[in-house]
Amino acid sequence: MHAFNYQHPKSVADAAAALSKGGDAKLLAGGQSLVAAMKLRLAAPTDLIDLSGIKELAGIKVEGAGITIGAMTRHAEVARSEEVRAKIPALAGLAGGIGDRMVRNMGTLGGSLAHNDPVADYPAAVLGLNATVNTNKRKIAADDFFKGMFETALQTGEIIVSVSFPVPKRAAYIKFRNPASRYAIVGVLAAETGSGVRVAVTGAASSVFRVAAMEKALAAKWSPDAVAGISVPSAGLNSDMHASAEYRAHLVTVMARRAVEAAK
Amino acid sequence: MGDMNTIGVSVKRKEDYRFLTGAGNYTDDVTLPHQSYACFVRSPHAHAKIKGIKKDKALRAPGVLAIYTGEDWAAAKVGGLPCGWLITDVHGQPMKEPLHPCLAQGKANHVGDQIAVVIAETYNQARDAAELVEVDYAVLPAVVDVASALKQGAPQIHEAAPGNTCYVWALGDKGATDKAFASAAHVTKLEFINNRLVPNAIEPRAVNASYARHDESYTLYVANQNPHVERLLMTAFVLGLPEQKVRVIAPDVGGGFGSKIYLYAEDVVLTWASKRVNRPIKWTAERSESFVSDAHGRDHATTAELALDKDGKFLALRVHTKAAMGAYLSTFGSCVPTILYATLLAGQYTTPAIYAEVTAVFTNTVPVDAYRGAGRPEATYVVERLVETAAREMKIDPAEIRRRNFIKTFPYQTPVALQYDIGDYEATLAEAMKLADVAGFPARRAEAAKRGKKRGLGYSCYIEACGIAPSAVAGALGARAGLFEAGEIRVHPTGKVTVFTGSHSHGQGHETTFAQVVASRLGIPVDDVDVVHGDTGRVLFGMGTYGSRSLAVGGTAIVKALDKVVNKGKKIAAHLLEASDTDIEFKDGQFKVAGTDKAVPFGSVALTAYVPHNYPHDKLEPGLNEQAFYDPSNFTFPAGSHICEVEIDPDTGITRIVNFTAVDDFGNIVNPMIVEGQVHGGLTQGIGQALTEACVYDKESGQLLTGSYLDYCMPRADDVPSYKVGTKVTACTHNPLGVKGCGEAGAIGAPPALINAITDALGIREIEMPATPERVWRAANKKA
Repeated sequence: MHAFNYQHPKSVADAAAALSKGGDAKLLAGGQSLVAAMKLRLAAPTDLIDLSGIKELAGIKVEGAGITIGAMTRHAEVARSEEVRAKIPALAGLAGGIGDRMVRNMGTLGGSLAHNDPVADYPAAVLGLNATVNTNKRKIAADDFFKGMFETALQTGEIIVSVSFPVPKRAAYIKFRNPASRYAIVGVLAAETGSGVRVAVTGAASSVFRVAAMEKALAAKWSPDAVAGISVPSAGLNSDMHASAEYRAHLVTVMARRAVEAAK
Repeated sequence: MGDMNTIGVSVKRKEDYRFLTGAGNYTDDVTLPHQSYACFVRSPHAHAKIKGIKKDKALRAPGVLAIYTGEDWAAAKVGGLPCGWLITDVHGQPMKEPLHPCLAQGKANHVGDQIAVVIAETYNQARDAAELVEVDYAVLPAVVDVASALKQGAPQIHEAAPGNTCYVWALGDKGATDKAFASAAHVTKLEFINNRLVPNAIEPRAVNASYARHDESYTLYVANQNPHVERLLMTAFVLGLPEQKVRVIAPDVGGGFGSKIYLYAEDVVLTWASKRVNRPIKWTAERSESFVSDAHGRDHATTAELALDKDGKFLALRVHTKAAMGAYLSTFGSCVPTILYATLLAGQYTTPAIYAEVTAVFTNTVPVDAYRGAGRPEATYVVERLVETAAREMKIDPAEIRRRNFIKTFPYQTPVALQYDIGDYEATLAEAMKLADVAGFPARRAEAAKRGKKRGLGYSCYIEACGIAPSAVAGALGARAGLFEAGEIRVHPTGKVTVFTGSHSHGQGHETTFAQVVASRLGIPVDDVDVVHGDTGRVLFGMGTYGSRSLAVGGTAIVKALDKVVNKGKKIAAHLLEASDTDIEFKDGQFKVAGTDKAVPFGSVALTAYVPHNYPHDKLEPGLNEQAFYDPSNFTFPAGSHICEVEIDPDTGITRIVNFTAVDDFGNIVNPMIVEGQVHGGLTQGIGQALTEACVYDKESGQLLTGSYLDYCMPRADDVPSYKVGTKVTACTHNPLGVKGCGEAGAIGAPPALINAITDALGIREIEMPATPERVWRAANKKA
């Protein structure tokens, strides 16, 4: 790891100001991707702006028909939150299945979304549950947030403050883990939400995506059989030593079927 | 005093308190006054000419003390790393031994090859400066697999080894084998790869070398399995230092699995440089360095055929193997696919004719050497995959075909050099079948089928040769070292005992097992016995720990020294009791005049030896300290039966091991808990090879694609079941403890049992290891 300046602001405004001061500054949330990259010398920011001291980024609140979760909320907190478990068990379950115990105790919702790793779990939750990403500047709909591999709609100086999840009628997330890294080779979140059926897939491609054909079939009939015959094209899917694009495409159907079954 | 006998008792491990409370003392824990640190510049290319190295910028970086490259190494006229086993090829010629430089000599031959070393005040400074060393590479085409390396026109790695061939070696009667095949009723043929593995000891390799000007001596702390061998190889073959001036200490070592047997370049470079910079130098591998610098295991490509008569009796076995050596010959790389492999091809069976031919091949990869099992897992995989496949093809029950061919009378001379002293293969198979509830398998399979799952059952009846080895036999086969062991019993005046052993514990629990042996023999509490190992400055000599040899060879040396202690004790007791030496018997910690109640306890004899006021000075020296060397008269032959039951989800290709049973014959057992732990660890490593661990090199670039745990899949607790283990005992006939060795059995037996179960579940002939979910899914769904 190379040397860097450490900053510990107490407000989102101070963090945004520090971020705009030039240099290669990076926000530090849970550090589960960034610090690992720094240790391997793959990332060498001049400044780390630690968000852990900012109160307005913390906490889980039930608001109307939804739950708003602060960006610095750790995966483990989401997993064990009584409110989340009661209202959106699929989200609590997803958070409880991220990485390992250390990752869950350190990693954060905001950090995961801003990083937008193609194999991360949270993007499937945000897209599949039609959540809204609240930043220090605006509200971004899930469908507009994820732009590609490690790319989001966030602009320079923009910081995720919280994410608002509407409570779905039913939802489930099923993941096929990479045997080595335990990241998602394919993770599918299937949900029936107030704004329609959504099927979001992570791990399979360069970024999280929805499967329109499955959503349509499930809207007509919520049943595992409805998606069993629907496959996504393998062209454009990720392909590596752990899973070819063909295998991933197959797993999307299997995981979708199992997610629908689990969300009965 | 009879309760002092703890042989066969699961005494809790003496060493665990310090390990579990963080009080272990590993090489990286040792920091010396004026400590400096090293970072190695490693080749990012699999094969490249080094056109030049500029180090001036790096030399000006903060904290840098020195930078050495291959040029400095050559100028100092120090040698390359030696290979400890000379293989003589089919033409009677010695194997090709290209230079194995400690710092690359003009050419890098694998990703991770060490090019330069940077020594600085702190590790971070050394690492920062290492990034400033400018190496000008001209990249050459690389070759990473044995088949490609042997092709015409393949990139040539060493001038001294044309065709990338180290040797072609053979064992067995070719004529008799070919003849048996010609008249066989059935032939089963398989072609497969025994996959390359990365060892992944939990403690990375580490070195801390220092030089003392006052007496011109060196001290080397190193994570190593055999410190005396390390010292001998380094002083005599590489650096030309006086052996008595070098002390090698292998303190607590966190796992070896073979990978810490060898003399590595880093050990030598730091020792050499410590005098030049006149500072202690420490290096601890980062995990990514371990992947590209610890010797790997396995990597065979094999064609194997089994000839049978119409009743399923084995007539002959014919095996052709191409074995990767990697870029250089590691310390024992040459003997693994020959002496430790082909000699085991008889397995547990009476196959009368066996012929094996092995081509050892250089590739642009990390050197390959012994890894838990070393040659024996590869041999067992050949035999047990063939046997199971032949049984299915001939529609004979796989257990029955084994029974028809088991060796039943001992000693048994195999057609591949070894003579088995004892065993009872039917007993281990029968017990394993009972524990595994083989009888209930059809019902379980039917029930799984109802749930859409595929169940399969696979056997593996392995044998291994442990307790290496009779030195004379090893020498005749090309070993450049002896393979005895040494031990010393120091009885202190208070009757407490320190045992010095040439074996080395890096997880095996010797501090407990050896203490049990000594305490039981002397009739004293286990807590009164301490075991010292891993220090050439304290232990008289040692060949170290590998090949499941510690108790059989190292333990026997201790027993021989104990016999001397007891004999001397009898003479002292005879004097004290005013009896004749020959009338004294020693039992339960008491020296007794036979047939009387006159006795003196062990502690009194010990005290008398050191406070010799009333002592037979005319006949005996004072003190009670005895040494012994032991050279075994034969290998030991642990054997057993493993049965694996899997359930496969054909939708995802995920294989779940629902049942794994291992019944082993390790001879007599000193500590059943430790043995069970060794079996569990071995089985898990074997399952890792068969199910999860793929070491993948890119065929074009020669880059190691599985260079971290993100891609290299070590088995985890949730990948393995709760094992069912059992033991059967036939005591080894040629060592006084009757022990055989247990460290490698699991890693040897498990892979074929698991692959036999998967192929049974899917109704297929072959599947490549590791049987990853995608491979299994493809096989289950008949996809190419």
